[in-house]
Order: sequence, then structure tokens, then C-alpha cells
Amino acid sequence: MSRIQGGLIDRSRKLSFTFNGKPYQGCAGDTLASALLANGVQLIGRSFKYHRPRGVFSAGSEEPNALVELSGGARQEPNTRATGIELYDGLQANSQNHIGSLSHDLLALNDLFSPFFAAGFYYKTFMWPRAFWEKLYEPAIRRAAGLGALSMLPDPDSYDRGYLHPDLLVIGGGAAGLMAALTAGRAGAQVVLADEDFMLGGRLLAEDTAIADLPGAAWAKEVTTELQSLPNVRLMTRTTVFGAYDHGIYGAVERVSDHIADPGASVRQTLWRITAKRTILATGATERHIPFENNDRPGIMLSGAMRAYANRWAVTPQAKAGDPIAIFTNNDDGHRTALALAAKGVALHGVIDTRAGAKSLGDYETFAGATITGSKGRKGLKSIRIAQAGRSEWIDCGALGVAGGWNPNVHLASHHRGRPVWDADKLTFVPDADSLPGLHIAGAAAGQGTTAEALADGARAAMAALSEIGLSAAPADIPRAGEEPTGIEAFWHVPGKGRAWVDFQNDVTVKDIKLAHQENMRPVEHLKRWTTLGMATDQGKTANVTALAVMAELTGKTIPETGTTIFRPPYTPVSLGVLGGGDSGANFRPHRLTPTHAWAESQGAVFVEVGQWMRAQWFPQPDEIHWRESVDREAKAVRDAVGVCDVTTLGKIDVQGPDAAEFLNRIYANMMGTVKPGKVRYGLMLREDGHAYDDGTCACLAEGHYVVTTTTANAGLVYQRMEFARQCLWPDLDVTLISTTDAWAQLAVAGPKSRELLSRIVDDFDMSNDAFPFMSCSELTVCGGLRARLFRISFSGELAYEIAVPARYGNALMERLIEVGQDLGVTPYGTEALGVLRIEKGHAAGNELNGQTTANMLGMQRMVSLKKDSIGAVMSRREGLIGDKRRLVGFVPVDATQPVVAGSHLITQGDPVDMEHDQGWITSACYSPHLGSAIGLGYLENGDQRFDEEVIAANPLEGVSVRLRVVSPHFIDPEGERLRD
Amino acid sequence: MLIPHPLLGLRDAQEFTYLGDANMMARPDPTGPDAEAAFCDYVFLRDNPAGVHRELWFHEQGDRSWLVVTRNTVTHEILSAELATDVARKDA
Repeated sequence: MSRIQGGLIDRSRKLSFTFNGKPYQGCAGDTLASALLANGVQLIGRSFKYHRPRGVFSAGSEEPNALVELSGGARQEPNTRATGIELYDGLQANSQNHIGSLSHDLLALNDLFSPFFAAGFYYKTFMWPRAFWEKLYEPAIRRAAGLGALSMLPDPDSYDRGYLHPDLLVIGGGAAGLMAALTAGRAGAQVVLADEDFMLGGRLLAEDTAIADLPGAAWAKEVTTELQSLPNVRLMTRTTVFGAYDHGIYGAVERVSDHIADPGASVRQTLWRITAKRTILATGATERHIPFENNDRPGIMLSGAMRAYANRWAVTPQAKAGDPIAIFTNNDDGHRTALALAAKGVALHGVIDTRAGAKSLGDYETFAGATITGSKGRKGLKSIRIAQAGRSEWIDCGALGVAGGWNPNVHLASHHRGRPVWDADKLTFVPDADSLPGLHIAGAAAGQGTTAEALADGARAAMAALSEIGLSAAPADIPRAGEEPTGIEAFWHVPGKGRAWVDFQNDVTVKDIKLAHQENMRPVEHLKRWTTLGMATDQGKTANVTALAVMAELTGKTIPETGTTIFRPPYTPVSLGVLGGGDSGANFRPHRLTPTHAWAESQGAVFVEVGQWMRAQWFPQPDEIHWRESVDREAKAVRDAVGVCDVTTLGKIDVQGPDAAEFLNRIYANMMGTVKPGKVRYGLMLREDGHAYDDGTCACLAEGHYVVTTTTANAGLVYQRMEFARQCLWPDLDVTLISTTDAWAQLAVAGPKSRELLSRIVDDFDMSNDAFPFMSCSELTVCGGLRARLFRISFSGELAYEIAVPARYGNALMERLIEVGQDLGVTPYGTEALGVLRIEKGHAAGNELNGQTTANMLGMQRMVSLKKDSIGAVMSRREGLIGDKRRLVGFVPVDATQPVVAGSHLITQGDPVDMEHDQGWITSACYSPHLGSAIGLGYLENGDQRFDEEVIAANPLEGVSVRLRVVSPHFIDPEGERLRD
Repeated sequence: MLIPHPLLGLRDAQEFTYLGDANMMARPDPTGPDAEAAFCDYVFLRDNPAGVHRELWFHEQGDRSWLVVTRNTVTHEILSAELATDVARKDA
């Protein structure tokens, strides 16, 4: 164990965990990374391309190297950053991207062949033979160059979503964020403070800076306690705000139970949608490094991370405790790490500072004007080469901290094209203050990186944000804090012949950037794609600015001339599971249940999804083995006796008002306004382009009161379109619309005995053909006073009715009809028999109204009234539509044992089967129990003049052709006598 | 996005269905001399500017108003939102 004194860990709470199966112990407050370092584990993974040994490089979510597979079984999560995983008892982690063991990775051979794997190698090599790419090269490369693996099992966890609407969202809980939240919280504003860490404090937890005579971490704890006491402030730790969206909406993921060994029934993560009036971006900064030869060994890490491990987690990163540590820097911040380590009694070689006049800030040696030009140690750092004044010297070294300056975390500020601006003094990109409306940027994220600056800036930003939304805050009492030195010189990489890594995660070296430059891939967008720089899980957080600087040096331009790096969401990887927010499995989309669902379920119905609806497809009887036995029985029962089917799902739109008739004339192609009270009329709607859109009935219940029905599929769309016509096209018509689809349960009662059945439930209502003929409608009561509507309409071609009652009585009405109709042979039927009945009758449905067909093709051209305008009327008269000779006809197989397959193409006998000779297609097909063979409907060229001709139904997909005879589409009762009986 | 509904205040865009170019409201005169050509333009031709655009949104999960929303398609800034009924009456 290489623990040192101090830290914010709870040494009394030991936590057991395993890494690659080996047991270790850490403390409460550790991350997986700090616990591994405390156990002397330096080697944690292998690099992406060259399989170089890698260790912990950072102390936060920017980590490029220490990626692990977390947990096992179905919960296995690849590419998880060890630096962000809060340690818990029983945690299991495994290294990834190696064959064989982590320390003897067989693919480490790749490192020897590195000249072949330079930037863009996969664009240049493996080009021939062409077929080998998919079968051999690509799988091999994917196997060799990859990250972690998925479990391939269903996700066992549950997820949730939530919505917040604060006055102020503060992103980041460091010095600036805490001060902003405190200022706004004390002023009474509704505040949400989100931070990805499990403790608030940000860099204050990693520093030994004092605030108001308290250690920074203690001050953060005091502020946290006060914020917790304020009811108007919501503190959200373990919450990453990953994206900025339009109009002050931010996406965040809260890791609710990822840190709990046994989460029980708790959700794993919650997706938050935060709509904030104002937002403060206080996301701090990420340190960059300085590339030098072989700078990627385990034991070499960011200097600020080394300081964080020492101060917060009481751990130093050498493999062997006591081995001396060195710091390589181009700025004052590197010296702060030396001071912190010295204060804790850690052995130091000193600070290698690129600046000629650099001086020690404390009791350690400083090598001024020096660089590091190499390192040794296959699986962990053993020694470094220091070059100074023309001489170089190898010295033993257990760990090296590298300090190249800090980059403000501008990410969210650039999610809306905000381009960061180069600050030539600070040598960094700072966000444009106006990058996103409603966003204020504070603290190190704005380049205000000292503790004193961050505190003052956080308070300032909160005051400014609140005043914009009309809230006032008392000027904050800004606590006293130090001004850390921030001197820096532009020193971007150590020149040399060896490989010096810029982007660790993608194995991009200075040489690769030089190659990209040589091959003219100079714009940053090209550089990124040619070298893969800045890709994958870390998105180049520690690499991008350095890479720009190297390219700038090569092109002789300045850094801002070379380009900038902007970012897209998400800030850190987000699991797809949480983006679903729990909408998976049964919750993928809502199911709508028909009013008779409970009854149908009790009858053992088989259900089918129709849009969101669950409809009874058929009702199997105990002796029925094949579904068609049930369907044939149900269809026959309708033709022979009486059947009942729930047709609630058909859309119902209530149309009322003095101008309702005129409105309907403009909606329907046919004349609808003349339908009289107590009557129903069939109607056809067109799209404005003249094609058939939807059909249904329109019932006139009273003067100026109509009920329009639509197909199930178009119920919502037709309503939306009618509202468009009412509000946008003809606002002066006095008419109102409301969808009543869910308000009324509607049952089709069909068959020769339907009148007899219904007469047993109506209250004092004359059902005779004279009093209530075909296409009548009426309001009435049934079952002793229940409000109902009766329509005499028929989809099956039989004597039939549809009866509607308030939805809550639908189930009871179904039960009653079945109960009182036993002696009549009443039979419930499902959507399958409904389909058979309408195909037998030749009624069009969705298959015939598929958006490509016209009134002409349906044989309904005469319905398109010439006496009035209606939607689609003008364009339905276009030459191409009028001239279309395809007509809806019926088909039966010449050999009655043959099937009819919907979708088959129709070809004239003797013609070749190709598109040139295509004569139409089969739209619907079924087995007709009444004809004893398959039948079909379809569109055929001049079909209405080809009755009795034999044509070929070609199904080239299955290599089947069937001879069909063209017949009338009305297989049953072509004269329409039954439904008028 | 948040849409400033003229009756209901700021509403989340998820409550709305998008249709497109508000020129859809300018249905040609069906009795005009070149009615068919005018309807072809009306049905098939749409502007799709990068910048300020007047477009139709339907408050489907709300009060079922059609709105004319003036929006910058580049920045998503919403400059105005009016009831389509009011716009249609004004234009008529």
C-alpha cells in the first residue's frame, strides 16, 4: 500500500474489490483508480492500436487510458473510466483490449509493427483483394484494435426520467459553482446544482488551498451543508450534465445506484431534462500534458491528477512506495504539485521546468530550461532522461507528473456552435461569453482559474443571471482565498525522433500529426479523421489543444488560425439504456385497450397490435387447433346468424355548428352536406394531391351535428387534418370538432339475426326495415335507460348495425349481447374474420387506400363531386390520375387449391414476368369459407373489362406463379340485397 | 425547444406535431384560371431556408391549436408564435 497521510477517505470503512479476479482492498471515498494506485497497481489497460501498457493518467472523467469492464454477466459495462468509478464493496473490474493476460498481451506485437499502423493506415493498406476487406481485414483489425466488449445479454436494470424547471442551473460544484449556488440560494431562487463527482467541491477537494482560514475541502463541506438546508436548492451529485439543447434545456444523467453493491429495486440511472431560466457553466478546467518520447508509460500522469491523488485520496502513483517522483512542467502549476508532495513528505527528484528562469517555490530542486527526452520501464515507469543545457542524464523515477497548462471545459458552451476564443496570455481557449443565450460562464471554465478568481466569478455570475430574470441577490460576501501563481510559457512538445503520444486513447503521436500535415490533411476536421485524434470515449479532452499546437507549429500559423476544437453532446459517454428513460419492453409505447378488452381476455381471445391498440384477432374454441378454424367459424356465423365485433378503434370525430355541412362538403370528395338528420352516408376523403386518403361514414344525428368515422390507422391524422382545414384554411366557418374515439364503445352487430338480437336490448325502439332502413342512424336508449347511438351500416355485406354506448359500458354491453343472443347463435368475431368478411364483400380498407391509389382506381370517380370544391378535388382531375385504367377487381385461383398472395404482381398470360409488363397487384387476400377457396382483391389494368380472363399472379420473391380468374370484387351478394333486407 | 403558445405560454416542443412551411395556409383558388398548376406548386413546392422560417405547428398534446411559429432554423430562436386562425383571418 502506498497510502500517505491525510486525504478525504474513510480509513475505517474498508471495501473489498477485485481487478482481473485478484482481490484488493480500498477505503470508502476511493475511486477504483485511487484504490488500484493505493495497492501499487500501475498497469491497468492496453492501448487501442499498439497495445502499449497503460496506467491511470488523470483523476477525472477526461481519462484516456484507465478504461475497464465493470461488473460481470448482464451488467458488464465496457470502457468505464476507473477514475470516475466510486468504489463499493464487491466491485468487480477487468482490463480490456488484450489477448492473453494483461501483462503478457499477445497483441503487444502490434507495437513492433507500428510503422505500418501510422495515421490513415487503414485507408492505405488492406486495399487488395477487395473481397478480403469485409471477410478478413476488417474483423481482424476490429479484434486487435478495440475497446471493451458488451455482454450481449438483455439489460437487467431499470431506468427512469425526470423533469426540473429551476430558475438557475449551476453545472459544476467547485469553487465557482458552490459560490454561485450559495449566492442564488440565499436569494431564494430555485437552484439546481449538478456535479459529476460524488462529493461537491471540485478541485477544492484536490488542493490544499485555504478559503476563509479553512482547508478548501472543509469550506466546500460547510457550503454544502448550508445549501442542503435551503429548501429552494437541489443538490445533485453523481449527475453529469451531458448536453446543452435549445432554449435553456439541458440533459443530465444521474447515476442513482451505480455505486451501490446491491441496488435492490432502485433504478440504476435517471435521465433528467432540466429546463432552466438561466444556467451557470462552472465546469472547471482539464489539464493538458507535454508529449515527449515514450511519454505513455504507467506511472506518468497529469501533474494536477497526481496532486489530487495525494491530497484527496492520500495516495502516490509509484509502483513501489518511496520511489522518488519528478514533475515536468512549462508553468507554475507544476510547482504546486511539488509543494503538495513535499508537504506530505514524499521523496522528490524535483521539477523539470522548460522555462529558462524557473525557480523553486519551496524546498525541492528545479531544473530550469530543462526537458524530458525519454523514459524507460516496460510495464511501469523506471527512469526518465532529463536534458538540460545540451547534456542529458537518465535518473531513476517511480512516477512523473506532467503539467502543460489548463484548458477550460468549454464543451457545453460549444454545443450550439459557440466557438471558443484563443487567449494568448493564458495560452488556452476560453469560451465566448455569448456562446449560448441564457448561459453564464464562471470560474476556471471561463479562464478564471485561481481560487480567489473562481469564488468571485461564481458570485458575479449568479448575480448577473438572477438580475436577468428579475430576481435580486444581496452582494455576496466573498471569502478570502489565495491567488495561486499562473505563469506559463508556450512549450507544446519535446522535439525528438521517438514516438511521443498526443492522444493516448487513440494512439496518436506527434509523428502522426506530422504525417497528416505531410499528406495535406491540415484542417482540424481532416486531422481528426485521418489520425482518429480526439475520438472515442474521452473525445480528446487531454489531447486536442496540444494537437492543434503541433499542427500550428508545422504550418507556421498561429493556433487560432489553425483551428479550434468544438464539441458535440454528450460530454461523457451516456448509456443507451438511460436515454430510453425506462421506455423499454412493455413500456416501449403505451397500449390502448378496447372497452371490451377484459371480456375478450376472459374468452381467451388472441390479440393483435393495431397501431397502439390491442384488438381481439380471433376467439379460439377449445377444439380448434389451427387459427383458421376459428376465423372460418366466426365468419360463417356472421353470414348465417349473428356476430359481434368491437370496432371502437375506428376514429370518431364529432362535428357541430351552423357551418358543419359546408365544412364537410369541403373535407369529403363527395357531397356530404346534404345528408339529412337520421341518415348516414359513405364518404371518401382525398389528399390535396388528388389521391385517395381515407374513407368512412358520416352520420347526421341532428341538424348541424355529425359524427365522422375514420379508419383505425388514420384516426389521429384525419382529425389533425380537419383541424388544419378549420383553423388554417377556412377559419370563418362556424364549426367545432372534437375527437370522441375513446368516449364511445362501438360494437358491430352483423348477420341475418342482428335485428332480432338488437331488438332484445333496445328500449321501445322500432327496429323494422321501414322505420329504420339501411343507412339510418338514431340516438336511443338500451338495456333500460342507457344512452346509445345506433347506426345501420354494414362492412360485412350482411344486415348489420353498429351500436355505440359510453365507453365505460362497452364491456357490459358485450356481455349482455352474448347473454341474450345465445339461442340466436351469437358469436364474437375478431379482426381476422372482419377482414375475411370485407374482402368477400369487396370493401376497400387500408391495403386498398395505401396512398398510391385514386378514386378512379377504386371505381369511385363519380363520387368526386364536380359541383363543389373539396380537398384534393382539383388535383384529382389531373390527366395522369384520370387516365389511370387500373381498377379494383376480385380474383379467384383457377385451381381452387392454390393460394392467393397479397403483394403478387399481375401479368397478362403469355407476357414475360417483368416490370414492363406489370398489370397491377393483389392488395388483399384471404381464404373465403363461403367460396371454399382463396380469394383476393387487387388493382388490374382495365380490370373492370376483363372479368373471366385468366391472369398470372407472380410472386418472384418466392418463385411462385398462380393463375387467377378475374371476377367482380363483390364475392357475396353483389346486388346488395342482404344489407337492405 | 420551447414554443411560446399565445394562449398557454411556454410549452415544450414535444407537445407539438410539426407540419412545415406556413405557406400551406395559402390554398389556391380552385376556380382560378391555372388552378391545377397553382395547386401543384402549393402541394409540391416548399421553401426550406437556413434562417428565418414561418412554419406550422399543431399542439396535438395540448389545446389542438395550429400555430404559425416564426423560427430561425439555424439558431432555433423563436421570433413569434401566433394562432393560425388569427393569421388566416388577417390574411383573408
